[in-house]
Amino acid sequence: MIDDSRPIFLQIAELIENDIVDGALAEESQVPSTNEFAAFYRINPATAAKGVNRLVDDGILYKKRGIGMFVAAGARSRLLAQRRDDFFREYVQPMTREARKLGISTAQLTEMLHRTESTSDMTEGSVSR
Amino acid sequence: MNNPTTPAAIELRQVTKTYRDAKALDEVSLRLEGNRIYGLLGRNGAGKTTLMSVLTGQGFQTSGEALVFGQRPYENDGVLSRICFIRESQKYPDDFNARQAFKSASLFFKQWDQAFADQLVEEFQLPLNRRIKKLSRGQLSAVGVIIGLASRAEITFFDEPYLGLDAVARQIFYDRLVEDFAAHPRTIILSSHLIDEVANLLEHVVLIDRGRIIMDDDAEAIRGTAVTVAGNASAVQSFAAGREVLHRESLGSLASWTVEGRMTNAERAEAAELGLELAPVSLQQLVVRKTMAATDAVVDTDSELEVLK
Repeated sequence: MIDDSRPIFLQIAELIENDIVDGALAEESQVPSTNEFAAFYRINPATAAKGVNRLVDDGILYKKRGIGMFVAAGARSRLLAQRRDDFFREYVQPMTREARKLGISTAQLTEMLHRTESTSDMTEGSVSR
Repeated sequence: MNNPTTPAAIELRQVTKTYRDAKALDEVSLRLEGNRIYGLLGRNGAGKTTLMSVLTGQGFQTSGEALVFGQRPYENDGVLSRICFIRESQKYPDDFNARQAFKSASLFFKQWDQAFADQLVEEFQLPLNRRIKKLSRGQLSAVGVIIGLASRAEITFFDEPYLGLDAVARQIFYDRLVEDFAAHPRTIILSSHLIDEVANLLEHVVLIDRGRIIMDDDAEAIRGTAVTVAGNASAVQSFAAGREVLHRESLGSLASWTVEGRMTNAERAEAAELGLELAPVSLQQLVVRKTMAATDAVVDTDSELEVLK
């Protein structure tokens, strides 16, 4: 949901991106209007429009005149590539930093990763929607 | 120039308003473009209501110029018919009920939407035939909110319109405001102390303190411009070095400082490296900190003046 850490338009853009990445918004499907976003998230309509327009500028969404806004073809794979780049900086680096602090070696960390992989294999059925 | 630009919805040029020896407005200059939702924030007695009174022709400034749609509002029916001002303690004729109040509003405001007013009456569960004098505080506020929304005036001022409205009724107000603004863009000026409740609705924020404007910025530009850093006091101090500090709190070896500035990813990493926690500062907290910092500055100058005497 919306928080105070960053401009809201960035958060709106990210929420839409999340829906595209996890498949909730399929490519070539229509996205809600900016006014619907504004009403749903209880935010200023101009701010919602700014978030949506940012994705239009990035080529993630495109406008059909008089109809609305749609997810561009190839948007999902482009977002995934971008997110994989971010993953290292946002998750791997903080994790290794914390591991170093706690005296966890790279070998131990690797072992932990293998372990979560096998547990998530077992629980995957219960968490998928 | 042969190409005159359209006048701003509201423009103030060095407006001062004096009551006896007190300056309610002190050389206020402000330019507000149309079709936006503005937050007019500040403490009680900061000058918010005086500012709105000058702009709605209910008072006249001592000096300076106040323009609405490029014209002076005072005794100017052409301008005043396009403005709706909902005051915190709005007065209605003694024998009026809500139905009659809405009837006169519908005659005055050209864009009045009766269906929208009816819908709001339903949602606020407002008794239409009871004398306004006999309504509860919340119901009285609901009358004002309904007039303010259904009038669809080109500029609508809401001066703390929520007194006595419960949380549910306030949410109805905010939701209808956003929806109706989206469908019928116009200029809304919302004065409120419940800043956390309205922060996300505002496009632009004007903060007034002792008759002076101390913040005049887009809400999005303000968001994320301050951060609270908490952790070991010496680490906090070294992290905050060279930054504007808005507030300091400490408890033993722990410190929690509010500092200005947008954090880059590198700075966030640096904070994490130092074992510091970074927390966002809400608009309400920022307004409190800014106002208190401004007060401290005045107190400092005053005491310096004392010393000079």
